Amino acid sequence: MSYNNKSIKELHELLVNKEISALELTKATLSDIQAREPQIDAFLKVTEEKALKEAAAIDARGINPDVVTDGISIGVKDNIVTEGIETTAASKILGGWIPPYNATVANKLSQSGLITIGKLNMDEFAMGGSGENSSIKPTKNAWDQTKVPGGSSSGSAASVASGEVRLSLGSDTGGSIRQPAAFNGIVGLKPTYGRVSRFGLIAFASSLDQIGPLTPTVEENAQLLNVISGFDKNDSTSSNVAVPDFTSKIGQDIKGMKIALPKEYFGEGIDEKVKEQILAAAKHLEKLGAIVEEVSLPHSKYGVAVYYIIASSEASSNLQRFDGIRYGYRAQDIKNLEDLYVKSRSEGFGPEVQRRIMLGTFSLSAGSYDKHFKKAGQVRTLIINDFAKVFEKYDLILGPTTPTPAWDLGARVDDPISMYLADLLTIPVNLAGLPGISIPAGFADGLPVGMQLIGKRYDEETIYQVAAAFEATTDFHKKQPIIFGK
Amino acid sequence: MNFETVIGLEVHVELSTNSKIFSPASTKFGGDPNSNTNVIDWSLPGVLPVMNKGVIDSGIKAALALNMDIHKSMHFDRKNYFYPDNPKAYQISQFDEPIGYNGSIEIELEDGHKATIRIERAHLEEDAGKNTHGTDGYSYVDLNRQGVPLIEIVSEADMRTPEEAYAYLTALKEAILYTGISDVKMEEGSMRCDANVSLRPYGQEAFGVKTEVKNMNSFSNVKKALDFEVARQAKILRAGGEIRQETRRFNDKTGETILMRVKEGASDYRYFPEPDVPRFEISDEWIEQMRASLPMTATARRAHYINDLGLSDYDARQLTATKEVSDFFDQAIKFDTDPKLVSNWLQGEVAQYLNSEKKELHEIGLTPENLTEMIRLISDGTISSKIAKKVFIELAKNGGSAEEFVKKAGLVQISDPDLLLPIIHEVFAKNEQSVADYRGGKQNAAKALVGQLMKATKGQANPTVAQKLLYQELDNF
Repeated sequence: MSYNNKSIKELHELLVNKEISALELTKATLSDIQAREPQIDAFLKVTEEKALKEAAAIDARGINPDVVTDGISIGVKDNIVTEGIETTAASKILGGWIPPYNATVANKLSQSGLITIGKLNMDEFAMGGSGENSSIKPTKNAWDQTKVPGGSSSGSAASVASGEVRLSLGSDTGGSIRQPAAFNGIVGLKPTYGRVSRFGLIAFASSLDQIGPLTPTVEENAQLLNVISGFDKNDSTSSNVAVPDFTSKIGQDIKGMKIALPKEYFGEGIDEKVKEQILAAAKHLEKLGAIVEEVSLPHSKYGVAVYYIIASSEASSNLQRFDGIRYGYRAQDIKNLEDLYVKSRSEGFGPEVQRRIMLGTFSLSAGSYDKHFKKAGQVRTLIINDFAKVFEKYDLILGPTTPTPAWDLGARVDDPISMYLADLLTIPVNLAGLPGISIPAGFADGLPVGMQLIGKRYDEETIYQVAAAFEATTDFHKKQPIIFGK
Repeated sequence: MNFETVIGLEVHVELSTNSKIFSPASTKFGGDPNSNTNVIDWSLPGVLPVMNKGVIDSGIKAALALNMDIHKSMHFDRKNYFYPDNPKAYQISQFDEPIGYNGSIEIELEDGHKATIRIERAHLEEDAGKNTHGTDGYSYVDLNRQGVPLIEIVSEADMRTPEEAYAYLTALKEAILYTGISDVKMEEGSMRCDANVSLRPYGQEAFGVKTEVKNMNSFSNVKKALDFEVARQAKILRAGGEIRQETRRFNDKTGETILMRVKEGASDYRYFPEPDVPRFEISDEWIEQMRASLPMTATARRAHYINDLGLSDYDARQLTATKEVSDFFDQAIKFDTDPKLVSNWLQGEVAQYLNSEKKELHEIGLTPENLTEMIRLISDGTISSKIAKKVFIELAKNGGSAEEFVKKAGLVQISDPDLLLPIIHEVFAKNEQSVADYRGGKQNAAKALVGQLMKATKGQANPTVAQKLLYQELDNF
């Protein structure tokens, strides 16, 4: 029997009332995964034995009635370090690496009784927007297995959308949670930069990376954010801003809420059907009492260019530690030290990662730094200011999450630029460190369309409030892909 | 043709904090390879640096001691390069905004000549690990030193002779030592120095092509290396040759500098602001707090010793040679002890003992308390100076109270005639011949009797009182 259609609140009641045990629930989840994996390929590793052991231990001590997540299983993106469980960021260069420590979020999961059931596939080192850059295998879209699931949190989105797990963690550097959430018709939030500790997140771009929750519904998303948020002494960029109960505004009406529609988010390059769905969603919010007005984010068009300079520059430095010396892949038959570096890295990194290392190395080089890295930093400030100006008058910004729905597997692999443009609407949010969510808001040609809501810094509560109001009065989230009910 | 020498020095100083600059691992020196390391030092995937605030305290103190301006908006940068002892393949350092800039220090040469050397900058950074190459064909990486905090102090090219460079290092070491942020020992690597040397014809403003000299592990080696390098460059220039921009290594066995590598343009370290350590503000309050906590400088202490305590210039210099001795002295004279006596002991017996035992003051049992206690026992006649030497050895070895030891070991000087007279008579009885000789006019015979008396009292007889009594008894028959 599968419980994948039940929210964690419903599962919690069953567990508290002893209608099922944590062990039974975990076994059910494992069989959900087993049944769908051949078509979805969301997991790099399922930690069955460990999960069953943890579930039994939870049963032995009894479900905590105050902790809604107690005894529930979760999938974790493979760039989040898990002690004793192979962690590779889907890269050959980290093949076989068993971390001796836990990411802060991994500790928080177990402190809240969550059972990590496996490690999820992704684009290598979180670089990519289709999931196809995994060095192991491409994950498939839950709605159509000939389509990409989006990325880089491909496994995180597809596993939830296909009914394998109820909850997952992803990471978002330029849209890596929101874009696959949109492609798979689920809820995915990138928290405010600093809301969630990055300690133990394998760094891609340090000033942009943020871990966040992917779930079928808005409330579960807020519940999972409750678990992972908070200041961490091991991460100086984590914030000590107070952590509220993110579910607290869910259910409140949105009358008078001021929502901004940036005209740049409905311009060139945006699919007409997507535009149509999102404008209809905006109208719907208006009907619920929100005030929706058009605004401008004039510098957002530079977002992709700025992002690929800043993110790649930081990545080129962050990924230097993969040198074949202390852990991970080491090339054989080497002649000298330089040869060891060059061969290990050339053989260990995939083509997209190498492309970004080269781009970043170039951007930081003498003679290029001022023209590229420094200039990008200046434009980033303009983008931050654009948002700040809009937020002087508005509570939220609304737009599509992605310019198009999911495309065919393989369609863009030889065209990195078109792949990069898929993050056009999500990237500025990372550059400004703001929170952003994608929620199901319609369909185009049978594929899900995501609506993006962008909030003020540390105001995830308002995002959830409006997202929940939309969800409560629409049916998009109730539609499930065929595989879900398998 | 005669040339003017131009020297600039880059000095690395290890800061003596308990934990590393970006990880909680210990900075203790000398453990087993990789025993003082953690996941951060290993740069495992996912780890993040967290700044040790104590390092910033030290940085502020150094900047103040070197008369520098302080960049109040602080940030770190990444310096990128691959090397096995550099596990992140970048060093967290400071590039465009070092914590201290625009400083200076006064130097004084042996002949009394004084000069001011400007200091361009002082920046905080992390040290690298250490590679060793085994005889088994493998290379080994020890990351104990990885992440130990350093401050790099870069002088302007203001020095004109190797002697000035030597005097600069001496002054710099003293200034840093007295802030208490480092033990600045070049022999142990907590102070390291690289030198940039060039020559130019007198009167020419533009600098000549410079060479960088490394691997000098003592002040005298710095001077030797510079002397050699100046002569080498002068010889080339006089012969009409050109100096090549290169890095050279000092060989302390031959006293020569030898070519390490030729510099082909500057290395591109792709510096950029460290995104994992947020920019932060150094407040005026923070700076003032550090200023207030700075101990008195060596110069100020010397002036105090000479002007207020009446010590000689020589004594003042000796006492301030290390901060430890100076601190000890300052503590000791708080107990109302004659400063001159404390100074004599520190320069005499104490220095000899430390020298022969190859130890430092904090490693022995002597304390300002028990030293002054002992000096008081000498002054009030409880023990003789001779016995004091014995007491000192005990205090140095085992510590504890001087008075208690003197009592326990029965070393109290005997000055009471009622106690001494019976012993004198006993000595006379055992040495009748000497007594007779003296009384017969042989003055020298008394000396033997004094010796016997001291022997009989195990040295505890108060020499002045005992001699007086002995002569009195000899003459009184």
